[in-house]
Amino acid sequence: MAQEYKLILKHADEPGYMPDIECYLRHGGYAALKKALTIQPKDLPDGKKLSGPEQIRQEVMTSGLRGRGGAGFSCGLKWSFVDRKSGKPIYLICNADESEPGTFKDRQIIYKDPHQLIEGMIISCFANDVHLAYIYIRGEFVEGAKILNRAIKEAKAKKILGKNILGTGYDLEIYVHRGAGAYICGEETGLIESLEGKRPYPRIKPPYFPAVLGLWMCPTIVNNVETLCNVKHIVAMGGAEFAKLGTPNNTGTRIVSLSGHVKKPGYYEIEVGKATIGQLIFDANFGGGLRPGRSLKAVIPGGSSAKVFKAGEKFKIKGREVDMLDLPYDFDSLIQAGSMSGSSAIIVMDDSTDIVEALANISDFYAHESCGQCTPCREGSLWLSKALHRLTHGEGRAQDADYLVKIADNIPGGRTICAFGEACSWPVQSFVAKFKDEFVAKGAADEERRAKETTPPTEPKQLAAAPH
Amino acid sequence: MSFTVPANLEGEIDELISHYPVKRAASLMVLHAIQEHFGWISQEAVEWTARKLDLQPINVYELVTFYPMLRQEPMGKYQIKVCRTLSCALGGAYELHQHFCGKLGLDAHKHGPQTTQDGKFTVEFIECLASCGTAPVMMCNDDFYEGVSHAKADEILGGCK
Repeated sequence: MAQEYKLILKHADEPGYMPDIECYLRHGGYAALKKALTIQPKDLPDGKKLSGPEQIRQEVMTSGLRGRGGAGFSCGLKWSFVDRKSGKPIYLICNADESEPGTFKDRQIIYKDPHQLIEGMIISCFANDVHLAYIYIRGEFVEGAKILNRAIKEAKAKKILGKNILGTGYDLEIYVHRGAGAYICGEETGLIESLEGKRPYPRIKPPYFPAVLGLWMCPTIVNNVETLCNVKHIVAMGGAEFAKLGTPNNTGTRIVSLSGHVKKPGYYEIEVGKATIGQLIFDANFGGGLRPGRSLKAVIPGGSSAKVFKAGEKFKIKGREVDMLDLPYDFDSLIQAGSMSGSSAIIVMDDSTDIVEALANISDFYAHESCGQCTPCREGSLWLSKALHRLTHGEGRAQDADYLVKIADNIPGGRTICAFGEACSWPVQSFVAKFKDEFVAKGAADEERRAKETTPPTEPKQLAAAPH
Repeated sequence: MSFTVPANLEGEIDELISHYPVKRAASLMVLHAIQEHFGWISQEAVEWTARKLDLQPINVYELVTFYPMLRQEPMGKYQIKVCRTLSCALGGAYELHQHFCGKLGLDAHKHGPQTTQDGKFTVEFIECLASCGTAPVMMCNDDFYEGVSHAKADEILGGCK
């Protein structure tokens, strides 16, 4: 039976565990930071020396850690792209925007164990020669921002943060920066623009790769909350040991956010790939199955922008036919199945769900959240949402299914600056492709009803006058 | 109408500005601080912020018009924000929104924030609040509520004095 494996959330839900620094220290907190700060330079066979920070970066590379925010990009590689020769300061930003619908994992860390994030951040900053870092937290986490500010204050009082950290001569300041309710701020270059005090219009890559031209045109690392927490554990246990968790190329643990029509929605930390989608939905120690008398209809496996899976769908993976429910929940298997684990948020829909309504809901979100910078996305996301509004308000047409796909196909694929174009199209493309009959039937029924309503007005009168 | 920022608020704002090597970066945090104090961001507040940060008013105004959390007009004393996005919708968010609107005599089908005539309540749908596992969720001003049944909704309304 698949089990939870609590690495990041080891203590968060223990009775009596508090977000204050004393509690964190009692549970071995900041030991990894002490270890990181005191790593001695290592002599290499070629006579060169590998500094402490370089060794940490190497451990992160060895660990195979992939970004927990959505893209699943190698954290070690991301760090290796940082321009360390520009002479400009290097900044680190923790992405705590947690804005992908379905996701509520970073919230658990921020609210219940903020010092774990602070420790992960200090180590990551030390490893990358960063002296100024920001936590970009979504505006709605009002209490979360207060908790983080308190944690920072506590850490500074203990000389764990600020000038001359733990007497090592290393200086670092961390500030909390609040967003104000815009999804696009989760996109790293949009986030940077927002932090600079502008509208969060994403920047075009190239040339604006944050590792080279990020915050104030300086090299910048943007990492997700959970990713930064993992760095602490990589330092504590060593990269090679960390890589033993999970499955090859999908190392470590992930906190899966499970929501929708399951008996026990919630967050479950698992070794990556050690539980299947089916186990996460149905096992008693995870989602506990569907409500009585219901059957599974669809699963969105990685936040609302991930392509939907239809119940019973089969995939060819490594020459083997695999049912959707038997897909290991990891980065690679889900990509092979044509979707993604994204921000590791699973939204479950049972047979009571009107799939057209569900897509209309998602498309409303994207129409609302498009930043409006690129025409295909600004207009396209709105057209999609309007067509779906029509379909869910009795004004649909049978050909709307094809119309939706045509619009969705014309938004992404290099026509927009950022991946929002993909994010708003993927749900539409996949929902309509996999549930086309429902979209067509709804539109056709509307057409039929309207045809009856527009029959000449004399006819109903005659009917009413006819003797029964 | 004269717009004055009290000394303690200006002190708080100066502290926020000191967090950034470039003043402009403090814009969003300054606007949050202003909104927290005044309840909304007036044209005068935009101009004041621009002067404070050595910007043109348009640089600040374009933020106020972009970010959903920033308000360009006064809102109700209690702002009820119901999450509308998929997991919450599956968990009864639309029914919850309707319940609030019904109780407060507002039109659930109207777009955008709606305020009761006495100015006590503003009700609106907002997008995902990142607590999809405890749907439906909402905020009342800065307070977050999860698993909001209609009974719990009434309790929340009752607590708004």
